[in-house]
Amino acid sequence: MNAEQARETVFAVLRQITPEADFDELEPDVEFREQLDIDSMDFLNFIIGIHERTGMDVPEEDYPLLASLNGCVAYLGRGAGA
Amino acid sequence: MPSLGADMTEGTVTRWLVKPGDQVHRGDIVVEIETDKADMEVEIFETGTIEKILVSQGERVAVGTPLALVATGSPAAPAPAPVAVQPAAPPVARAPEPVAKAAPPVRATPTARVLARELGIELASIPGSGVGGAVTRSDVEHAVARAAPSPPLQPVPSPPPRRLLVSPRARRIAQERGIDLAAVKGTGPGGSITAADLDHLAVPPAPAAAPEPALEAAKRAQSRRPISGLMERSNREIPHYYLGLDVDMSRALGWLREENRRRSVTDRILYSALLLKATALAAHDVPEMNGYYTDGAFEPSTAINLGVAISLRQGGLVAPAIMDASNKPLGDLMRELADLVKRARAGRLRASEMASSTLTVTNLGELGAGFVYGVIYPPQVALVGFGKVIERPWAEAGMLGVRPVITATVAADHRVSDGHRGGIFLATVNRLLQEPEHL
Repeated sequence: MNAEQARETVFAVLRQITPEADFDELEPDVEFREQLDIDSMDFLNFIIGIHERTGMDVPEEDYPLLASLNGCVAYLGRGAGA
Repeated sequence: MPSLGADMTEGTVTRWLVKPGDQVHRGDIVVEIETDKADMEVEIFETGTIEKILVSQGERVAVGTPLALVATGSPAAPAPAPVAVQPAAPPVARAPEPVAKAAPPVRATPTARVLARELGIELASIPGSGVGGAVTRSDVEHAVARAAPSPPLQPVPSPPPRRLLVSPRARRIAQERGIDLAAVKGTGPGGSITAADLDHLAVPPAPAAAPEPALEAAKRAQSRRPISGLMERSNREIPHYYLGLDVDMSRALGWLREENRRRSVTDRILYSALLLKATALAAHDVPEMNGYYTDGAFEPSTAINLGVAISLRQGGLVAPAIMDASNKPLGDLMRELADLVKRARAGRLRASEMASSTLTVTNLGELGAGFVYGVIYPPQVALVGFGKVIERPWAEAGMLGVRPVITATVAADHRVSDGHRGGIFLATVNRLLQEPEHL
């Protein structure tokens, strides 16, 4: 998955969780939790959404790697089971 | 109109999902209603045929008003009964109003509906940018800013004339502090304004110099109105007492980590579910925490229906119930919790979930609160709170270590229980969390 595809995947999932957010203004290195007012349930749903779209089974210990947009792009770019 | 909690006095029918002549079964969702706090789906409690719709779409009526008549008898001798109210309540006599006269329902978030009503704006006139084209709160705000720049309605600061690159966090801080973003020089990528840029600005000297925008104040007052009445009543009528206990979470979190390794992404469990299950089982052991105080007497509840406080993304709070929580396996509890949170935030809660809590749990740890001394939701008799899991020095058996610790609290009704029973309740929660494999 290239960076653009990864970004689109992340936005598609986030859009379901925070439909009111404007992703044009998302700071790519800052955690979603800080910018989008999401809680642990939202974050779990985000991980589930990523799983459903990519098939990646993200282990819990990898959650911190997906906390920001750039983190997600790097993680998704490495592919399943990274 | 069913009551969706002690703080609800009236509601608006937003959409009928059935029409006269339709067959309905107990449990079917027949109508959507809107309260000051959220949109809800209402199930029918009778099986039969819809005979007549009594309250049209868009109409706001008091709790207890019959919404429709349903014939529950044989087709030859229909016995109409009001929907979603006590069967004894006589139907309100009124001329039948054709459902068709109501405008087609507009998809909108609960907060958008409240704000639009508050400001007297037709939702149908606002293009929606939310899921499925739903009108969101910010759509309403933008419509207000575009169409009616009169002083009472104009958001402050006024929208900048050119498109500014602003991070969401910076935008929120600017709104909170009343900073005009157009006057801020951005140092982020492409000249965007970041939170750091705002930190360099002088904080407004006093609240009076940075008055809260009238619109924000009106919205906040509106979303707080139902809860404030209930909380006033609680503090006036219920002699609260408060207890707290620090709980070592290392066993619970360690067990959960291993358990989640075995589970697929979609079946993983958050530690909130452990807290809920432990609370429900403790309430089983200490029944004075679970039930209602009404007419001068306590009625314990056999079922433990845990009200879960859920903050709505755009403001406000709801506490729908997970029914019979003490008897549900942890995985089921987690699935129900996830479903409730999702539907609460989408405005899709059901009436039965809003009126059946026998004990409420609030977890404010995500927001950083260390402990919670709550206000009981009348007519319930206790509110259980959990704060943030924090690593703390912890002494045990003469050894000092660092453990993840959460503070469990209970605010309880002194007319029903005393500190001794409250203490046993918290000790039971603690004991259960030390044996997570049995939850």
